[in-house]
Amino acid sequence: MTDIIKNTCWVFGDGISTDHITPGRFYHLRGDIPALAEHTLEDANARFAAEARPGEIVVGGKNFGQGSSREHAALVIKQRGIPVVLAKSFARIFYRNMVNVGIMPVICDTSGFETGDKLKIDLANGSVKNITRNTELNFSPLPDIMRNILAEGGLVQYLKKHRGFVA
Amino acid sequence: MMGQTLAEKILSSKAGTDLKAGDFSVFSVDVVLAHEGTGPLAVDQFEALGKDRAASNGLFFSDHATAAPRRELANVQQRMRRFAAEAGATFYAPGDGICHQLVAEEWAAPGLLVVGADSHTVSAGALAAFGTGMGSTDIGVALAYGQTWLRVPETIRVEFTGTLPNGVYAKDLILELIGRIGDDGAIYKALEFGGPVIDTLLMDGRLTLANMAVEAGGKAGLCASDEITRSFLESQGRGNSFQPLAPDPDASYEQIVKIDAGSLSPRVAFPHFTDNVRPVEDAGDVSIDQVFLGTCTNGRLSDLRTAAAILKGKKTASNTRLLVGPASRSIYKDAMKEGLLDIFVDSGGLILPPGCGPCVGVHHGVLADGERCLSTQNRNFKGRMGNPDSEIYLASPATAAATALAGKIADPREVMA
Repeated sequence: MTDIIKNTCWVFGDGISTDHITPGRFYHLRGDIPALAEHTLEDANARFAAEARPGEIVVGGKNFGQGSSREHAALVIKQRGIPVVLAKSFARIFYRNMVNVGIMPVICDTSGFETGDKLKIDLANGSVKNITRNTELNFSPLPDIMRNILAEGGLVQYLKKHRGFVA
Repeated sequence: MMGQTLAEKILSSKAGTDLKAGDFSVFSVDVVLAHEGTGPLAVDQFEALGKDRAASNGLFFSDHATAAPRRELANVQQRMRRFAAEAGATFYAPGDGICHQLVAEEWAAPGLLVVGADSHTVSAGALAAFGTGMGSTDIGVALAYGQTWLRVPETIRVEFTGTLPNGVYAKDLILELIGRIGDDGAIYKALEFGGPVIDTLLMDGRLTLANMAVEAGGKAGLCASDEITRSFLESQGRGNSFQPLAPDPDASYEQIVKIDAGSLSPRVAFPHFTDNVRPVEDAGDVSIDQVFLGTCTNGRLSDLRTAAAILKGKKTASNTRLLVGPASRSIYKDAMKEGLLDIFVDSGGLILPPGCGPCVGVHHGVLADGERCLSTQNRNFKGRMGNPDSEIYLASPATAAATALAGKIADPREVMA
């Protein structure tokens, strides 16, 4: 995973749910992640689903990913090539799923961010710079076990490398 | 040693060492569950880990498609059935019931760790099991290794005082709580339910409370284990799984929320968030096209009895469809024997197979453009029931029954004896 991410962002409000990310009417597409990913966040912003390009950043408000445990919500974000999601807070199952599939969840105060802003995120140093608005924020590192899982690219990779959970 | 919350007690017992909120540990899991939406990916991950036998009690449920409405879902159920047979797990077929109800009937017990690839796995907390939802990868790992990692959560203690007024039920209590603390009010925390109202609340009601802990962002929704728990386990032929479990009087809570049940009226959660809660008397004139009575939240026998008592001998409004889904095969049979299904059918309703029904938008009651559904389910996100151009309202079975009669959101106290 690259330590420095620099790209434009798409901003969503508070309470983006797993039904926004992977709508219920596409339940039958869960076995086809590329097809499901075409509808990512469609009900929150149809333009995102149609136009978002790999490398671009998703920014949310509070409780991003609230609702279902469906890991597919994290998988479609990964499938669309989004390297990181910033939010004021994450729903806990979604937060875990992000790390398990290998995408960094960054908790920081995203107030004032707008779609189209250019961001520079330094994962190693824990900083987010909004270049367009000339603001900078810091964020805390993940808990150790999550950092270790993410460092291997996800939980399955971590467990295969260590042959189980490291106490 | 400091007093422990229920969450700390259960997880300490599982870890074999004293843990407190904030500690991380790896735990052996007792029960692992998945269903059509999450099972295939969990199986993929199990296989990617190179395992061939399940290391814990693996349960695969057919509850989101009862029975499969399209080939993709039929293939998913077939895959789960075959995997269970090969890996030594248990498969539940369409018609057996909703995962969380069957876990409550057949598997959950005080002190167990239940993890599931479904957010409402928190339901098991009603039996003082630590039940929590996770994604398919975590579940595949739990199946393969019989373990998972967890951070011991802080606990928000919720004390329900007073007595439940006529027409007010557990569903109204939990909607009131979520309305007060918000849909992220308990994020990463365990909710612990207590107080005089809970001490006498039977298991059906406790399951409703625990089920919706996740709707406030909660990691678990726990009730103490007491004589009501023993009685429930005995009724399921599992009395020897009982052990009493209660938080210590000097346990440390992050927050204590007190709710006077006696001051409450029935509650309704308005679209499109679970914390958009209003008293039913403030609902205004809201016509309803479909009423759904069922789900892991409120599809149990006492829920069906409450609704049937209101609907008996009456007809639902001509503009309102009534769908009724008992949460498990045994509840379906009991409802049938008691004549409850006759009451629903005679009033104009239709009976669904035991399963999630229209709750997740897969089948059995997808909404038309602009329609409104009032449901006893736990979640009303935009588009959840299969059509983003629709509205979902959440309420108790009593409120649902009164609404079905009136054709619009109605106060059950006005139609109850």
